[in-house]
Amino acid sequence: MLTYTIRRLLMLIPVLFGMTFVVFFIIRAIPGDPAQVILGQQATKEAVAQLTEKLGLNDPWYVQFFHYVKGLLSGDLGESLRSSAPIKDEIWPYLAATLELSLVAMFIAIFIGVNAGIISAWFQNSWFDYVAMILALIGISIPVFWLGLMEQWAFSLELGWLPSTGRENVRDPVEVVTNLYLIDTLIAGRFDQFGEVIRHLILPSLALATIPMAIIARITRSSMLEVMRSDYIRTARAKGMRMFFVVYKHSLKNAVIPVLTVIGLQVGLLLGGAILTETIFGWPGIGRYIYEAIGFRDYPVIQSGILIIATIFILINLIVDLLYVAIDPRIKYN
Amino acid sequence: MTKPILQVENVKKYFPITGGILGKKIGDMKAVDGVSFHVNEGETLGIVGESGCGKSTTGRMLLRLIEPTEGTILFDNRDLRALPKKEMRKVRRHIQMIFQDPYASLNPRHTVEKILEEPLIVHGIGNEAERKKKVSDMLEVVGLTSYHARRYPHQFSGGQRQRIGIARALMTNPKLIIADEPVSALDVSIQSQVLNLLKDLQKEFQLTYIFIAHDLGVVRHISDRVGVMYKGRMVELADAEKIYQNPLHPYTQQLLAAVPIPDPEYYQADEQAAIQFGTLPSKYVIDDSWMNIDSERDDLIEVAPGHFVACRLK
Amino acid sequence: MPVLAKRENETNELQLEEAVSPWREGWKTFKKNKVALVGSGIVLFFIIIAILAPLLAPYGINEQQLSIRNNPPSSEHWFGTDDFGRDIFSRVIYGARISLWVGLVSVAGSVIIGCFLGIIAGFYGRWIDTVISRIFDIMLAFPSILLAIAVVAVLGPSLQNALIAIAIINIPNFGRLIRSKVLSVKQEEYIMAARAVGMSDGRILFHHVLPNSLAPIIVQATLAIATAIIEAAALGFLGMGAQPPQAEWGKMLADSRQYIIQAPWTVLFPGIAIMLTVLGFNLMGDGLRDALDPKMKS
Repeated sequence: MLTYTIRRLLMLIPVLFGMTFVVFFIIRAIPGDPAQVILGQQATKEAVAQLTEKLGLNDPWYVQFFHYVKGLLSGDLGESLRSSAPIKDEIWPYLAATLELSLVAMFIAIFIGVNAGIISAWFQNSWFDYVAMILALIGISIPVFWLGLMEQWAFSLELGWLPSTGRENVRDPVEVVTNLYLIDTLIAGRFDQFGEVIRHLILPSLALATIPMAIIARITRSSMLEVMRSDYIRTARAKGMRMFFVVYKHSLKNAVIPVLTVIGLQVGLLLGGAILTETIFGWPGIGRYIYEAIGFRDYPVIQSGILIIATIFILINLIVDLLYVAIDPRIKYN
Repeated sequence: MTKPILQVENVKKYFPITGGILGKKIGDMKAVDGVSFHVNEGETLGIVGESGCGKSTTGRMLLRLIEPTEGTILFDNRDLRALPKKEMRKVRRHIQMIFQDPYASLNPRHTVEKILEEPLIVHGIGNEAERKKKVSDMLEVVGLTSYHARRYPHQFSGGQRQRIGIARALMTNPKLIIADEPVSALDVSIQSQVLNLLKDLQKEFQLTYIFIAHDLGVVRHISDRVGVMYKGRMVELADAEKIYQNPLHPYTQQLLAAVPIPDPEYYQADEQAAIQFGTLPSKYVIDDSWMNIDSERDDLIEVAPGHFVACRLK
Repeated sequence: MPVLAKRENETNELQLEEAVSPWREGWKTFKKNKVALVGSGIVLFFIIIAILAPLLAPYGINEQQLSIRNNPPSSEHWFGTDDFGRDIFSRVIYGARISLWVGLVSVAGSVIIGCFLGIIAGFYGRWIDTVISRIFDIMLAFPSILLAIAVVAVLGPSLQNALIAIAIINIPNFGRLIRSKVLSVKQEEYIMAARAVGMSDGRILFHHVLPNSLAPIIVQATLAIATAIIEAAALGFLGMGAQPPQAEWGKMLADSRQYIIQAPWTVLFPGIAIMLTVLGFNLMGDGLRDALDPKMKS
């Protein structure tokens, strides 16, 4: 197991390197001169040339790439062209916002998805099963940005129950410690604001959770059905074990593998969907950070932002892979 | 004495074993470790051994379906290993193969007609009408009817499928057929039918067979000579009767002792009467320590005319 | 030629039975699947709408009547009008053309390129496989919409470039699928048999490996069209796909969202159109999976 983990980590190195390379070149291929963009259309030629030189954009690409990778290895993500601040310092609040949103969404998706799947499987062909599966089918087909818009329209603009944008009550902010506002409000002991943060989270996280929830519910149901039909569950039931134990002890443990796969895959969708959800709900997350940076030709921000998202994504998938091996003795790791 | 159609000299196949964090090569799996034999025109050479002894790998190497690591294969005095890929493909017209599993060796998405016609197309034999004619003729030859040509493999029984596999091997009029456990996947009741078919076909088309099996009983039924393989090596090679009447190598003796007796009551009186163990001429000695530990092995020596045993001079 | 073997008795019984190809069996299963038929019906419905759009749409896509801006649904304008007084019903109908076009063409592109790379990787193995597989790994390491945004950022925002971006991001999915399928088919004994017959690699590939890999490709492609339509709409929504005055569903949503309070129908109908189309392809894909490739079901 340890050898396998080490080997998988070593295998990440070429992928990470390749990713850096790809991102570096995509960014360089975006049309437009960043110096010109920063200084505006009225800037003199001299000023543009000076800034280009200062940014190191005159160096051959491999020199630029070398400097970039060298910086990355020492934990330096570069400087934002727009704000001149080190990205390392600037990015965390955005990243934390996205993490908070994604984690809550994933939690909702898993909790509702798995339970709906189990109940559907147990009461197969009941009205609950039909309704749940039709909703799941619609769920996997719904565009997340449209769902977000409709939620926003119904629950905040029409009914006025929930706030439509932002993360907190901006008129009465809480001191920022971790940038995860759920934690920050608790640290500050501000339970009123904690409630506010939750109210702000509900709509975007529900929108973001819909697709993964639908997929998890479908997968849980079908793998539960498969497990429930297997001989050893039939034996357990024949031995007179109570339904609760049969389901939760035997079936769930075996249904967890396919669900795990989906969760691993959904993280990508979630991070991608976060960009759209953040746009709609004015959520100051990393998706919006990158998206705005594209408009400003802020190369270093786009570059490092994409790289960070991709790194998180592959690390999560690695963890999922390792969990498989840990959970399922049948999966061999070579 | 007939002339040899195939001569195999010291053929080896090593598969690399990998391990460790970087997946480096840490050793060799010696699937076939220096096998030599020849096959005469029109005869049947049986190759027996337990599963994993390298007999199937040997069969596949003869067609270079698996590339040998080392050794020479002469077919009609042409060195097959020296041939470029394209030439090798042409040679396969003359050497065909019958596979063990009639369920897996036929493409499930092709009709029988397409399966049988394909070798002809590949080797550019005949025009379309001639090919179709040959397909229906060959179906008759192996005991099916031309009516079956439009069916798919899954619509046939195991025995029928193996007949299709045999028909496919015969389509290009090959000289040599390598039959890799052609009956082991079949019911015992069907086995003899298929074996008899193979025998009849051999007479009719002057075929040479290499017949690979793990079952000495089946091999005895069809072979002129028999080679016994163990752990990637040939341990004994002789006329079929000599192998069964006068087995010299301890492994061959073990193998024969394990053959089930058709009518146990008949033999109950004298259990060992069925198997006669021969004795090696006294100037030879067999070192069989390699059967358990990995030590130096002996080459085949002709201890009696036509009887080869892995042993050494005293 | 002489008849050497005695015919087996069972051959006579078989003569009554029809020849059944695996494809026809799949079709039989598919026909029985009501949900899949509903999905195919939806897809067909949108295809017909797309083809007949000029006949069905009562107004032009860019026919503006500023006197009736943001009017609610009425007998003249079934889905209401937008901020320019354009008929939303007509624009949704024309939008079917764009979405289906992007979905079909981009997936066709990914299938062709993905299959090509996947086959090479799976069939030839060794370093070619390593290189191609690593490239797929790297592409899959990015959340797909992010990669699409990056590609569009390079190429410039337009419907065509969105299509290219979507095609690119889907390549590794098909590449991997085909690669693993080729690897498993390659292990089949009938491939060994084909080589033993003297067949060339190319012929084995086109006559044996590809036809046996076709079923999962069809299933995956159908589901990929659904995803591609959503991705195209997402890019349109972000302003990185279709440009005005093109009637693209995602772009229509983006343009109307600021009027959502006064005119919610401007946002409602394009969204329902996206959802229904995607649902149709998803249902159809599920049905095809059950019919053609029971083992793939998860």
